[in-house]
Amino acid sequence: MAIRFYFVRRITARSAHQIKQFMVADQIELKDYLRETNLIHSRLLALVVLLAVLALILVARVWYLQIYNYERFEVLSKDNRVRLVPVPPVRGQVFDRKGKVLAENIPVFTLEILPQDVKDMDILLDQLTKIIEVSPADVVKFRAQVRSHRSFETQVLKVNLSEEEVARFSVNRHFFRGAKVEARLQRNYPYGGEMAHVLGYVGRINQRDKGSIDAKAYKGTDYIGKRGIEAKYEAHLLGRVGVEQVETNAHGERIRTIDRKSPVSGDDIYLNIDVELQIKAREYLGDHRGSVIAIEPATGQVLAFVSNPVYDPNKFVNGIDHRSYNALRGDVDRPLLNRTISGRYAPGSTIKGLISMSGLENGWSQNKSIVCPGYFTLKGSSHRYRCWKRSGHGSVSMIESLMYSCDVYYYQLANTLGIDKLSAFFKDFGLGSKTGIDLDGEPSGLVPSREWKRDRRGTSWYPGDTLNAGIGQGYMLVTPLQLGVVAATLANRGKRIEPRIVGRLKHSLNGDNEDAVSHLQGAELGQVNASAENFNAIIEAMTAVVAHPRGTAYRAAGLNAEYTMAGKTGTAQVVGIAQGAKYDASKLTDFQKDHALFISFAPVEQPKIAIAVIVENGGSGSGVAAPVARKVSDFYLLGKDANAADSAQQEAPVSAPVAMVAN
Amino acid sequence: MFRIKIDVPLLFGLLLLCVSSLFVLWSAGGESSRIIINQAIRMGIAITVMIALAQIRPDTIFRWTPLLYTAGLIMLALVMVAGDVGKGAQRWLDLGFVRFQPSEIMKLAVPTMVAWVITRKTLPPDFKNLVLASAVLILPCAFILVQPDLGTAILILMSGALIIFLAGFSWRNILILLGLALVLIPIAYIFVLEPYQQRRIQTLIDPWADPLGSGYQIIQSMIAIGSGGPQGKGWTQGSQSQGDFIPDRHTDFIFSVFSEEMGFIGVLLLITLYVAIVARGLYIAYYTKDTFSRLLAGSLSMTFFFYVFVNIGMVAGMLPVVGVPLPLISYGGTSMVTLMAGFGILMGIHNHRSLMSR
Repeated sequence: MAIRFYFVRRITARSAHQIKQFMVADQIELKDYLRETNLIHSRLLALVVLLAVLALILVARVWYLQIYNYERFEVLSKDNRVRLVPVPPVRGQVFDRKGKVLAENIPVFTLEILPQDVKDMDILLDQLTKIIEVSPADVVKFRAQVRSHRSFETQVLKVNLSEEEVARFSVNRHFFRGAKVEARLQRNYPYGGEMAHVLGYVGRINQRDKGSIDAKAYKGTDYIGKRGIEAKYEAHLLGRVGVEQVETNAHGERIRTIDRKSPVSGDDIYLNIDVELQIKAREYLGDHRGSVIAIEPATGQVLAFVSNPVYDPNKFVNGIDHRSYNALRGDVDRPLLNRTISGRYAPGSTIKGLISMSGLENGWSQNKSIVCPGYFTLKGSSHRYRCWKRSGHGSVSMIESLMYSCDVYYYQLANTLGIDKLSAFFKDFGLGSKTGIDLDGEPSGLVPSREWKRDRRGTSWYPGDTLNAGIGQGYMLVTPLQLGVVAATLANRGKRIEPRIVGRLKHSLNGDNEDAVSHLQGAELGQVNASAENFNAIIEAMTAVVAHPRGTAYRAAGLNAEYTMAGKTGTAQVVGIAQGAKYDASKLTDFQKDHALFISFAPVEQPKIAIAVIVENGGSGSGVAAPVARKVSDFYLLGKDANAADSAQQEAPVSAPVAMVAN
Repeated sequence: MFRIKIDVPLLFGLLLLCVSSLFVLWSAGGESSRIIINQAIRMGIAITVMIALAQIRPDTIFRWTPLLYTAGLIMLALVMVAGDVGKGAQRWLDLGFVRFQPSEIMKLAVPTMVAWVITRKTLPPDFKNLVLASAVLILPCAFILVQPDLGTAILILMSGALIIFLAGFSWRNILILLGLALVLIPIAYIFVLEPYQQRRIQTLIDPWADPLGSGYQIIQSMIAIGSGGPQGKGWTQGSQSQGDFIPDRHTDFIFSVFSEEMGFIGVLLLITLYVAIVARGLYIAYYTKDTFSRLLAGSLSMTFFFYVFVNIGMVAGMLPVVGVPLPLISYGGTSMVTLMAGFGILMGIHNHRSLMSR
């Protein structure tokens, strides 16, 4: 490279005379150099042209903004006159599977105050309360809001003004600078508590919500889903915020709209739940605490999801007052607890079908009979594990063991199988893990194992633990939802499907395409590792539980049935009964009585509905829980309302649900 | 005796820009004397660097080029493994005593290195040399792109491309490349750009699609510029600028403050000043004698205008927001030193144009 600088030095001599004295080799380089010079010079001229063009583009753009569009931007820049006002979207509605409205938006009048426009807040509030009734609690809440927000943020003093109050305010509005009445949409749940545990509710966006949401998406929106479907499907229900460019006068009142980008409403949600069935199921439960879950086995669609008692979600929309909230929280019946998804219970005898199937899968013969003397003892121990029937069942086969729910048979079977095989089989059925339903707050339940007991309890697994597991007592815990899914899986002959509350979403696309609908389907979770033959054997036995005159659920669920039903009763101990003592319901308080359980599906040949019922402290499964399942099945499959039969006039079936299920 | 050599017309233009910058910053920075003093100190440092570099002969720069380039490349690689994250991008390198962005060095080192590679053979470059030049150009750009710093990567790419263009890359091939770019850009948009970069481009096409979100800055900036009108609202009188409507108004978006307050006439004067500075740079390139210096001078001058174009383009809603400051006007020190260093090299080229003949 040094040669090139050397060469340059000579060229810069600028003397033609000198150049002539160069050597031939240099002359070749000279030619190159001259060519390079010309080349670069022409390219530099091209850059000058480019420079001119780019500069002109910039000038033209600024001219377009500053001269050509000057007036438009001039108006826009008067920032106190032209504002970008967010237009909140309308929250999506929620319907049941037949299109009944479960959550809607109703127009209400609210009294709102913009603090920065108020000269004296005390005087204003004083005068306002003379013509509009405002509770002291509302005033306290309002003042707190004003303190914690900036003065240009409007605060609500009262919601739900009557027509009369609106009229009175309108007449006197010039006295109340800073106050205004606005028509707003408010969430309403027409079925009140019936759907509370499914839908949850919306509430005002609070400080904690603000940390986790995209503030832009919520501009102009005051409410957010707090629980249930409202929270789980928040992203769908919310919609997209629009914006208006409005010109306002000096008081901030709108003169005209310059430009508008419409909001997009949230998706409408259609639940799989049939609200009539839901209401009836809770009615059949009566005053008991408990839950009923009904699932369409083939699809995993949740038909009814009842947790009793309930609360009124409408009270939460604008913030529930402290006294009412504390009353709900302090209620011994715990209405705020969603038992169906988060209540954890021992499955009791409802699990015996699974244990039998596990036995069949592991070489136990269904014809093998066991003699039940009313108790079972382990080798080398005198401890008596009692059967619920103290006199014993005598010789029982597998089918009979399920029919009578004989405990001794299952002590023997569980002892033979051992806990490892049992818990593996339970887990294969999906117990001990979340069902994957589209609601939050689901626990995974508990399937005990040797490892679990060593890790959590610090002791080894005893043979007696296995016996307890064999009758669904002891450590094992399931949710009503999990039991419902077990019933559905039995009905499906082992095909496991995630339960789904929401069936479809109807998207609002600003009128482009009104029929845009997404169907939601629970994922298929695979097949339980058991033969079809063994499934049929267990289902046959469970059918006998209901249909055989000696079955535990015959009188409660099987009598005069117009369709076939497979079921299993269960009773879960709440308090331990001392060795040798007798369970005496009359001596126990209500909260110490056994929980009553029942799982079922019907019709057996082509199952349309799988049900799990848990009645807290209901006593026995056959007495309390099974009739609920029967009534729910009757209502769903036949349209027959058991309670209507009690009253004098028999109503016609409300609908034809069997035809409906076929869709 | 050692005499300090400077290019007076260039210095005069640059000083005019610096003075304008202080005035605009007074208004844009909320009349804070701290900002003005900070900026003035940076200007002093930057001008010192410029004058120092103006004394260096181009062949000295030529000799040091490979070393500088290699060092810069190593530091870029270090940034990727050990760099600090600032504003969501990994750009800073902490050497213990000083923290800086290696990409700033590369703004100068890359075009210089490309010129170095190209002038080792006669012009126009043959295919082999073109491949080599492209390689030394694209490698650092790729590093910077993944930081991610799209704006800097593009501008460095442009500075190197300018060298190759000046070296006589044939017009036919240029057309072919432009055609390819037309095809590849939509593909790159979909597969290469990060979602936030895609959003910037969508915002550009229709800022009103999201006026409260990503479109907000552009809309407010366009309102500020447009409402300035022919004469402007007057210094420190811009209602948009003073009303805190424009984010980053004293850094990347300072042009909207300037044009709101100074109006179309002010903008014309500013752009004329920029054009004059760049024209002086191209003049230097034209009248210098050796090929390496010509290429370098041409690239440095024109790249400076690309900065102006990209910044005003994005602030005026023509180009996506890529975070390029308005040269010598925006608040901020690092890029100013780099720019002034570039002008120092330019002055050095001019000062030593006839050195060899003496």
